[in-house]
Amino acid sequence: MNDMRVAEARMQQQTDTKISARGVQVHYGDKHALKDVNVDILDKTVTAFIGPSGCGKSTFLRCINRMNDTIDICRVAGRIALDGEDIYDRRVDPVQLRARVGMVFQKPNPFPKSIYDNVAYGPRIHGLARNRAELDEIVEKSLRGAALWNEVKDRLNDPGTGLSGGQQQRLCIARAVATQPEVLLMDEPCSALDPIATGQIEELIDQLRTEFSLVIVTHSMQQAARVSQKTAFFHLGNLVEYGSTEDIFTNPRDPRTESYISGRIG
Amino acid sequence: MPVSWTLLIVLALAGAGYLLTRMRAVAMAGGDTRKLHSRPGHYGWNAALLTALPAILLIAVWRFVQPAAGTALISMVALALAAAGLAFALIRTSPSFRARNAVEGMVKGLLIACASIAIITTAGIVLSMLFETGQFFRQYPWTEFFFGTTWSPKFGGGSQLGMLPLLWGTLYISLIALLVAVPIGLFAAIYMSEYASMRMRGVVKPLIEVLAGIPTIVYGLFAMITVGPLLRDWFSQPLGLGASASSVMTAGLVMGVMLIPFVSSLSDDIINAVPQSLRDGALGLGSTPSETIRKVVLPAALPGIVGAVLLAASRAIGETMIVVLGAGASARMGLNPFEAMTTITVKIVSQLTGDTDFAAPETLVAFALGLTLFTVTLGLNIVALYVVRKYREQYE
Ligand SMILES: Nc1ncnc2c1ncn2[C@@H]1O[C@H](COP(=O)(O)OP(=O)(O)O)[C@@H](O)[C@H]1O
Ligand SMILES: [Mg+2]
Repeated sequence: MNDMRVAEARMQQQTDTKISARGVQVHYGDKHALKDVNVDILDKTVTAFIGPSGCGKSTFLRCINRMNDTIDICRVAGRIALDGEDIYDRRVDPVQLRARVGMVFQKPNPFPKSIYDNVAYGPRIHGLARNRAELDEIVEKSLRGAALWNEVKDRLNDPGTGLSGGQQQRLCIARAVATQPEVLLMDEPCSALDPIATGQIEELIDQLRTEFSLVIVTHSMQQAARVSQKTAFFHLGNLVEYGSTEDIFTNPRDPRTESYISGRIG
Repeated sequence: MPVSWTLLIVLALAGAGYLLTRMRAVAMAGGDTRKLHSRPGHYGWNAALLTALPAILLIAVWRFVQPAAGTALISMVALALAAAGLAFALIRTSPSFRARNAVEGMVKGLLIACASIAIITTAGIVLSMLFETGQFFRQYPWTEFFFGTTWSPKFGGGSQLGMLPLLWGTLYISLIALLVAVPIGLFAAIYMSEYASMRMRGVVKPLIEVLAGIPTIVYGLFAMITVGPLLRDWFSQPLGLGASASSVMTAGLVMGVMLIPFVSSLSDDIINAVPQSLRDGALGLGSTPSETIRKVVLPAALPGIVGAVLLAASRAIGETMIVVLGAGASARMGLNPFEAMTTITVKIVSQLTGDTDFAAPETLVAFALGLTLFTVTLGLNIVALYVVRKYREQYE
C-alpha cells in the first residue's frame, strides 16, 4: 500500500513540467533563428535536442538560462516559464536564474585556476557554504557526482587546465553541479571528446537524471537514443517534433524527422 | 661623375637586364614557356638583382667607409660590377637554369641583411656606450658613481657624481606616473572590452588613442604651464609643502596621463585575448559581469597585464621632456612629492649640452648614466616580454 503510493509519487514527479516554452521566437538582428517554439520539458528527465547544424538548438538552449542576453543583437519573444514562473519577467534577475539553470558548453572551459577552485567557484559566489569544511564537502560531493573524484583527489590544487579533455569536461560538469542547479543544460558536451570519455559522460548524465532535469544538445542520434527519455527535433528554426525518444526514433510522425533520423537531411 | 648618376645607370642596367634576360629565356625555349624551369619573370628578376645588388652594395659600403675620396674610380668599379652581373646572368640563362630558386635565395639574403642592420645597430650603440663608460670609470671611481648620494658636477674639478639622487628621482616620478596610469588605463580597458557597446567602443577607443599621438614636449608644456601652477596654488602652498611649480607630482601626474593610452590599449588587447568561453562559463554559473571580470577574466589576463605595466614602466623611466619641464633640474633625494627633483635622462641632456669637453668626467658621466638607464629598461623589457609570451602560450 505504502509502496504503491511512493511509486505513484515517483511517477507523478517524472511527469512534472519543469520548463514550459510557449511561442518562443528569436531574432539575431534580421535573422529569424527560432520560429514559434512550444515545448514542455519534464523534471528528472533527460531531454535531447537534435537537428542539423544551424537549426537553432543552441539558440533555444541559451534562451532557457538567458545566456542570449549577453549577445547584443539577440531578441527573444514569447514566454518561457521555470516552475510556472516567467523567466523573462522584469523582476527575474538573469544572474540568479543562471544559478538555478546551469550550463555545460561544447568545448570544455575550465577556469585557469586549481581543480578545487574551479568546483568551488559557484558555491563561493553564491555563498552556499558557511565555512571551509562545508565547501570541502560540496567540492568532494560534486566531483564524486561527476565521476572525477578518484582521478583528482590527490591533486586538487593542480590547475584544471592541465587535465585531459574528458576530465576537463567532467570538471565543468562538477562545477555546474556544485551550484546545485535545478536544470542542467548541455550544449554538445561530448563533441570534443573521444569515445571512452563520451561513454563516461553519458553514464554520468544518466546518474544526474535522478537529481534534476537535463537538456542535452547532441549531433549524434545514437547518443540521443542512449541517454534521453524525451527528444525534440529542430529543423530550420522550427521545433518539428517532440515526444518520447522511443517514438521519435521508431515511429516519427513528421516526414522531416524521418528523413533526418534515417540520414537523409544532414 | 656624381654617385647619383652612377646609381641611376645601375638601375637602368638592371631594368635592361630584366627585359633582355626575360626575352632570351623565352627565345631559348622556342616561345613555349612551359619548357622553362621557372617563369620568364624569374629569369628577368635574377638578372636585375644580380646587376643591381652588388653594385649598390659596393657604393653604400664605399660611402660609409670613405665618403670623400675616389668618386670617379668607385663609379667605374660599380658600373663594371653591374655589367659583369648582367653578363653573368645572361650567360647562365638556359631553360634548365633554376632561376626561381636563385631569386628566392637573393630575396632571402636581402631580407636577412635588413634584419641584421637593426641588430648590428643595437650592438653598435651598446659598444660605443660601453667604451665611453669605460673612459669615465678610468677617471672616476665606480663606487662613488653608483653609491654616491650627492650630484654636483663642477667643470674644473671637485665634482661629486653620485647617481643615487637621479635614480631616486627617476623611480619616484615613474612610480607616481604608474599609480595614475595603471588603474585608469586598466579600468578604461575593462570598460571598453567588457561593457561598452560596439558603437561606444568605436568612439572611445580612438579618442583615448589620440592621447598617444601627442608629442611629449606638448605634455611637458602642459605640465609646466597648467598642472604645475595649479598644484602649487591649490595643494603645496596651502599645505605648506613647498612653493615650487616644478615638482615630482607635476611630472608624475602628466606622465601618468601620457601613459594611459599605452596601458589601456595593451590591456585591451590582452583582455580581448581571454577566450569568450571562459566568460560564458562564469556567466553560466550565475556570476555578475563584475564577478566574471574580477574572478575569471582578470586572473586569466594578469600575466599579460603585468607585462603591459612593465613596458609602461620602462617608458616612464626613459621619458625626458615631461620631466625637464615639469619636475625641474635639481638633483635631490627627498620624500616630499611637491619638491622639484630630477631624473637620469634630464641630467644626461644637461651634461652634454653647452660648451663641453668630451674628455672630462663631468661629460663622460652621461654615458655611464645612459648605460645604467639602458640596462634597467632592457631588463624590464626582457622580463615583460617573457611574461607576455608565457601568457600567450597558455591559450594556444
Ligand atoms: N551570435 C549570433 N549572431 C548571429 N547569428 C547567430 C548567432 N548565434 C547563432 N546565430 C544563427 O542562428 C541560427 C541558429 O544557430 P544555433 O542555435 O547555434 O544552431 P545549432 O546550435 O542548432 O547548430 C544559425 O543560423 C546561426 O547562424
Ligand atoms: Mg550549436
